[in-house]
Amino acid sequence: MALEEYKGVYIYAQQVDNKVNNIAFELIGEAKKLAADLGTEVTAVLIGSDMMPLTKDLAEAGADKIIVVDDPELKEYRTEPYTHALASVINEFKPDIMLVGATAIGRDLGPRVSCRVKTGLTADCTQLDIGDFPLKPIPNQEQLHNQLLMTRPAFGGNTIATIACPYNRPQMATVRPGVMQALPREAGRTAEIIEFNPGFTPDHKYVEILEVVKNTGNVVDIQDAKILVSGGRGVGSPENFAILDDLADAIGGVVSCSRAVVDAGWKPKDLQVGQTGKTVRPNLYMAIGISGAIQHLAGMEESDLIIAINKDESAPIFEVADYGVVGDLNKIVPELTKAIRAFKAKKAD
Amino acid sequence: MKIIVCIKQVPDTKGGVRFNEDGTLNRGAMLAIMNPDDKAGLEAALQLKDKYGAEVTVLTMGLPKADDVLREALAMGADHAILVTDRVLGGADTWATSTTIAGAIRNLDYDLIITGRQAIDGDTAQVGPQISEHLDLPVISYTQSIEIDGEYVIVKRMYDDRYHMVKAKMPCLLTALAELAEPRYMTPGGIWDAYDTEVTVWGRADLKDVSDDNLGMKGSPTKIAKASDKVRKGQGEQVILDTQESVEYLMGKLDEKHII
Repeated sequence: MALEEYKGVYIYAQQVDNKVNNIAFELIGEAKKLAADLGTEVTAVLIGSDMMPLTKDLAEAGADKIIVVDDPELKEYRTEPYTHALASVINEFKPDIMLVGATAIGRDLGPRVSCRVKTGLTADCTQLDIGDFPLKPIPNQEQLHNQLLMTRPAFGGNTIATIACPYNRPQMATVRPGVMQALPREAGRTAEIIEFNPGFTPDHKYVEILEVVKNTGNVVDIQDAKILVSGGRGVGSPENFAILDDLADAIGGVVSCSRAVVDAGWKPKDLQVGQTGKTVRPNLYMAIGISGAIQHLAGMEESDLIIAINKDESAPIFEVADYGVVGDLNKIVPELTKAIRAFKAKKAD
Repeated sequence: MKIIVCIKQVPDTKGGVRFNEDGTLNRGAMLAIMNPDDKAGLEAALQLKDKYGAEVTVLTMGLPKADDVLREALAMGADHAILVTDRVLGGADTWATSTTIAGAIRNLDYDLIITGRQAIDGDTAQVGPQISEHLDLPVISYTQSIEIDGEYVIVKRMYDDRYHMVKAKMPCLLTALAELAEPRYMTPGGIWDAYDTEVTVWGRADLKDVSDDNLGMKGSPTKIAKASDKVRKGQGEQVILDTQESVEYLMGKLDEKHII
């Protein structure tokens, strides 16, 4: 099959418990930009059971078409029936580009699907562009146009590579959550709905889910926070995170942390920022007692404003901080909290 | 029970990343280690061996010096080691890598294949699930605990805000989180034995049911257009003041940026 016959930018619209995840809206936002460059449309692929009510959200977020694969076998995410669903959509509709969120689910589904449809997959992309491959003309090699150029960090964020998939289709990428921008909702916007069911016959690859246990803790998604008050090993103890909780409360933020804090068992993994945690891009990131290992920087350096407080003036965190204060967090943080509360009280008068 | 554990030798980024004068990574100055998620997977396999009795084979694809991580695995308690190495396999992306490893595994008997979730150099988390697809096996990613129940495995698999208890019929492939198991230390006797044990070395000719079109750089669908060092934004202001002045400084900035 000729590569030119593959058309359109498709996104996998991840849902869990029949609720569309934010990553789907972020992917639609990015796909719209790519589709505009290519003069094509954005198609969302929705897979699950009882999916029709979710199409409205995707249409209002900007999807032009929505392919719905609806089957009782798809109630909970399982690798096999979902792989069959998405691979069948690709084989039937032949997209030029297929984007999947680099979530826990997407990083399980993406490799399996790309393998089944025999194409490449670039993991954890942080930037997508349409351009030429090779980037510059090379003698005796045809320069291909309108290629998807997928940029991703590697080596714990030390290097950055731009990757193309010139001779296979679709061009597939998983995209890091929290990096791309969703479009503003357009109330009442509609999309063409296409129902598609490739048939699901359980085989040896269908695993049995015995139990689903949701984290019952008070879970806040640090990727949604506008202000993060993030603590590292320098905070000293789990009890001492109370001064960060106070500061977060005063400034209207959420507490997050570095990997060292999770490794020490002081905070749950959900709150970890960095290469092996979450990528965040808040309006303000306050790094408190965080030295700034390269893996940590990879997860937060795109924040609009970065303030660092650390007693070690040579800590690498200061290399990315807009404003860095060298000093004792145990003294500065409580005083800062007081000052913010006083400032806000005065402003409210 | 027979278990295959796939491991990878990676440069250690944890002990500090070293750069050359031109700003590129100095891989030679960094220690080469067994990838942490893979090591947890190996430990899990060794615990299954302790508990149920099992034969554990470690397999790696890499340069001849990857022999080091195989010896380490043997010293920890693995029974057999296989090194897949060949010039024509170089420059492989995850598709070509998983094709290669699947081609090697087709020569072996197994009930369980364990891989690490992801390697700390590439961070793709793709090779494990792709091996399972090539071998037409069920895959369970993000494994946090493993129990064996007759011909089934019962696995706790993590997702963002939840976990699933999943039951799958063996043979199947599991990808391990570093949290799965705290790796044991090598024993002196183990180290002694490790250097007495023969490492099986396989090349291209030993891969089963694999086409040359799917191997090495040539067989990789993804191509690198450009690679460069990460450009970091310039350093901002850094101040050393007393506590009160520090607070005033920060309050000034927060006010100026309309945060408060």
